[in-house]
Amino acid sequence: MSGNGQASDDDLRALARRLRSHSLRMISQAKTSHIGSCLSVADILAVMYGRILRVDPKRPDWPDRDRLIMSKGHAAAITYAAVAEAGFMKEERLGEYARNGGQLYGHVTHVGVPGIEFSSGSLGHGLPVGAGMALTAKRAGKGWRVFVVMSDGECDEGSNWEAILFSGHHQLDNLTIVIDYNKIQSLDFVDKTLRLEPLADKLRAFGWSVREVDGHSVGELGRALASLPLESGKPNAIVAHTVKGKGVSWMEGKVLWHYRPPTPEELVTALAEVEAS
Amino acid sequence: MRTAFIQALNELADNDDRVCLIVGDLGYSVIEDFANRHPDQFVNAGVSEQNMIGLAAGMALSGKIVFTYSIGNFGTLRCLEQIRNDVCYHRANVKVVAVGGGLAYGNLGVTHHASEDVAIMRSLPNMTVVAPGDPVEARLATRAVVAHDGPCYLRLGKAGEPVVHTKEPEFELGRAVTVRDGSDVALIASGGMLATSDKVARSLAGQGLGVRLLSMHTVKPIDREAIARAATETRYVFTLEEHSVDGGLGGAVAEIMAELEPGHAPLKRIGLRPEFNKTVGDQNYLKALHGLDEETVLKTIQQIITRSYGRVG
Repeated sequence: MSGNGQASDDDLRALARRLRSHSLRMISQAKTSHIGSCLSVADILAVMYGRILRVDPKRPDWPDRDRLIMSKGHAAAITYAAVAEAGFMKEERLGEYARNGGQLYGHVTHVGVPGIEFSSGSLGHGLPVGAGMALTAKRAGKGWRVFVVMSDGECDEGSNWEAILFSGHHQLDNLTIVIDYNKIQSLDFVDKTLRLEPLADKLRAFGWSVREVDGHSVGELGRALASLPLESGKPNAIVAHTVKGKGVSWMEGKVLWHYRPPTPEELVTALAEVEAS
Repeated sequence: MRTAFIQALNELADNDDRVCLIVGDLGYSVIEDFANRHPDQFVNAGVSEQNMIGLAAGMALSGKIVFTYSIGNFGTLRCLEQIRNDVCYHRANVKVVAVGGGLAYGNLGVTHHASEDVAIMRSLPNMTVVAPGDPVEARLATRAVVAHDGPCYLRLGKAGEPVVHTKEPEFELGRAVTVRDGSDVALIASGGMLATSDKVARSLAGQGLGVRLLSMHTVKPIDREAIARAATETRYVFTLEEHSVDGGLGGAVAEIMAELEPGHAPLKRIGLRPEFNKTVGDQNYLKALHGLDEETVLKTIQQIITRSYGRVG
């Protein structure tokens, strides 16, 4: 079983390194976008799949599993890498990513991919669905939990705020969002596009309990996610402050790497940097 | 129709706690009984249709059979991408219910006229589209969509539609109900136009014509066989719907007939002109402006038959 709580912080850091390396290889080989979005969420997914999620790779449909919805569906490469590392599918299948005839589309896809709870790619879809799952679990008195990993740019979508309003009202404390707050969206910096600040206060005003953490500290992420609900009767928001492109110095904080894939030469230096970290 | 729907849903929910209803803050004097009888199977999502459909998908993916309920365009077009991605792509067991199909909310304004919903819903993969023709079909359709595992769109009228079926017809999704049989002309109706079509059919029959009246309650998957038979066994096929002539029942029938072997009957689509209404009016008033009242429909059909065959009957 994945996420049995036994993984040490060092184990999680090693997992995050592998997730970054997989993503770099997949995206470079497929010449697709969104490496920056994958690298910023690597530590979050390592903590989720490595320690927090109660899931069973042998039984992807186990009714009492925790659900993780990757709502920032453009960070698909690292999501497939995470379910492969968690044991839901063979690592070789990562070669299907954005490849003709494969099943691993460039945005998170559940069809033919065990461990993927929900397909995404159009932003603002994951949280309403997660809220519906959390409401179902709560009404049935079930202990399984729902996690939705979101991007900061995705917070522009009105559907999210509908669901944020709903989840606060219905006191869905079995629902947790983790916002990968890397400060860069598609075309520009978040602050220059549609300012989200004060994000934590906004969420609190909607009845959520909020914890702001360093989204690259597996220790901080692990502690925040180990003590859910943060407050009884309130949905949980982990605002994870991250750096777009984290782990490859020349990609960090650059809008360019939302879209550009690394060349084969760049891949070599990027992998060397990640593996030495 | 909405009364028949909610009564049937209440009975289904009594016996199956998977049956849930989410409303988008609509359904005054319709949904209260359900909400009181089944508080754990009921949600008012508020005025937020995108969230309503997302919630429904999440609940359905957790084992529920979820009905969403709103007025025509709000529960379909406002949240179209949620219906496409969250519901249809995931084959979530969600039943999208729209009340006020067509011009039922006539004088409330163009925002409330549901005139393209069938065309849009039927273009979605995995979606079943049902537009029952009278309260009897509404009740049977409600049961049928619960029995069907997968996304459905249930398009209802409002209230007070006349009963066409004096006894319960055999009702199966994807199979037309033959209300009357004949081999001169075929009328294929869906939704609230069934009652008008029934009256028109009686008048035509009174003039000596053999009239086949099909209630095409399921627009998708459509009953190809019944259409092919109508097109080859009668001399003229008419579709009748309170929906744009573009892409709805008429469009679906035209697609089937266009691919039949040559030599079949021609088709006339009777429905709403594909344009926004400019004049205020209630349902019957606006229907008449579109030529969908009984008298005009009868005249339209008679003219076409006379032009084509020289006489009626």
